[in-house]
Amino acid sequence: MAHEVQNFNLDQKFDFTPGIKKSIMTVLLIGAALLVVGIVLAMMGGGHAEEGAEAGGHAFHWYQRLFANVWINNVYFTGIAIVGVFFFAIQYAAQAGWSAPITRVMLAFGNWLPIAAILMIASFFLMGHDLFHWWHAELFDKASPEYDSIIDGKGAFFYWPLEKGSFPVFYIARMIIFFGFWVFFFSKFKKIAAAEDQLGGTSHWFKMRSWSAYFLVFFAVSSSISAWDWVMSIDTHWFSTLFGWYVFSSWFVAGLSSITLVVIFLKGKGYLEMVNENHVHDLGKFIFGFSIFWTYLWFSQFLLIYYANIPEESVYFIERLRSDVYGGFIFVNIVMNFVLPFLVLMTRDAKRHGIFLKLVCTLLIVGHWVDFFLMVQPGTLGHNGGVGFMEIGMFLVYGSAVALVVLGGLAKGNLIPKNHPMLEESYHHHI
Amino acid sequence: MERDTHFVLGVFEDEDVLMNAVKQVRSSGVKIHEVYSPYPVHGLEHALGYKRSRLPIAAFLFGLLGTSLALTMQFYMMKFDWPMIIGGKDFAAFPDFIPVSFEMTVLLAAFGMVGVFMVSSNLKPWAQPRIFDLRITDDKHVMAVDLAVNSGMGEEKIKEILASSGASEVNNKSFDE
Repeated sequence: MAHEVQNFNLDQKFDFTPGIKKSIMTVLLIGAALLVVGIVLAMMGGGHAEEGAEAGGHAFHWYQRLFANVWINNVYFTGIAIVGVFFFAIQYAAQAGWSAPITRVMLAFGNWLPIAAILMIASFFLMGHDLFHWWHAELFDKASPEYDSIIDGKGAFFYWPLEKGSFPVFYIARMIIFFGFWVFFFSKFKKIAAAEDQLGGTSHWFKMRSWSAYFLVFFAVSSSISAWDWVMSIDTHWFSTLFGWYVFSSWFVAGLSSITLVVIFLKGKGYLEMVNENHVHDLGKFIFGFSIFWTYLWFSQFLLIYYANIPEESVYFIERLRSDVYGGFIFVNIVMNFVLPFLVLMTRDAKRHGIFLKLVCTLLIVGHWVDFFLMVQPGTLGHNGGVGFMEIGMFLVYGSAVALVVLGGLAKGNLIPKNHPMLEESYHHHI
Repeated sequence: MERDTHFVLGVFEDEDVLMNAVKQVRSSGVKIHEVYSPYPVHGLEHALGYKRSRLPIAAFLFGLLGTSLALTMQFYMMKFDWPMIIGGKDFAAFPDFIPVSFEMTVLLAAFGMVGVFMVSSNLKPWAQPRIFDLRITDDKHVMAVDLAVNSGMGEEKIKEILASSGASEVNNKSFDE
């Protein structure tokens, strides 16, 4: 390959210096301190008398808010991690050339997946009973006054093949299968990538393309179902047919923003020299486009429910819009995830300059957390939720933990896939 | 000598030669009127030093016009002109107006952009196109230099620069309209 990319240092590795580690650890400790303050405040304050729509007559305990926070961040950061792998697979399945030098950054996000799997499964066993209304045996007992025929009808989705109300085998099996396959595909990608770095040639690229296609088929199904399981089942009575896509789009925008932030960060540190403003421009276009896509799905869900005004559907939005706690956040959600990114990223220059993208990416990462906050908290906490020290602290703790794991994983391998057959094409990418 | 009537044309066979020639001719101080080629040559607009098109601004403004027109129309109709209760909603039910506003935004942005492009590129139906050389629709690239614009240079000098930059032919072309 007597090509121009050979002028760059292709064996470059990301050096995860103690300085960077220290600043991430500082954020983590600030988050932990805020979290402790939040927990103490919640313990002293206790709960209000009111309950959420799905709280089912149980008294409110302070730890439920902690559980809800753990769950929001579990789901949110799992999404960012899997979107890294998903976007990586898209590049190969679409035979994209422009993205070749940044594919390893996308793949590095998958390093969070094994940890996310442990956290998700462990917290489901520890907290599931308090988070998920359907995990109450009396709902399925026809003799009980708590019997709920609607949830009884949905019971098999959680408990099959066991008796409804006993132990959610089907639900947990799905969780394990999804994480199992995601981690499997991620490690497969990593293995092929490492082999490509060592041996070179195009055969690894073709292998990667095939595995990417398999992964995308699996992800198409699993992303939707995991959204129903982990988020939609919180509001057990309610359902929305586009919920899977809605959650996916929220994950996708957050994941794209995280990938872009890491790329800009690495460029700022002097890495990824062959990545120029044309590549950043393309990432910016993805963020711009999928922010609009998210809005389209959000609004489609809202408009149909608003227009039809069927009580069992509109309760979801009444619970949010007419609440003192969540009402404002609906508009914060739209402004942060649609209006601001739409207006800021509209011009070509904004997508090509790091400063605007940094701003919008940070905004979107927080904004889509708010989106998940609005999906999880009203159904689990009702009037006892809100954004306080606990929410901010937990978000910072999770976010910096993810940053540590992802950057740590990135430092282990080559930063640029030096034997990628489309590296030269990517270098000449020009838009 | 009037502007836009007397030209010197450099005919080029190859796009790489053309790209170098554009840079060479421009650096020697000759102002290029336009380069015609049978297919888009990547990077040519940068070599010619064209400024970025301002068409997106027109698109944005027309889009904004579409949004405001659609919202005004719907609010006027539904709230003042002929109020009707539909689905138990308010007369001015804002979420209901969004799909129509979206469509009007897209429609006016698209039509406006096409219209502005037509006007700014002189693509009106009755426009008389100027064909500098028929072979630009086949296999030749043609660089046109307006003599009036480069009057300080002298015709012979310009021809010399074009020939030395790799043009296979150097011709004169005049239009009398």
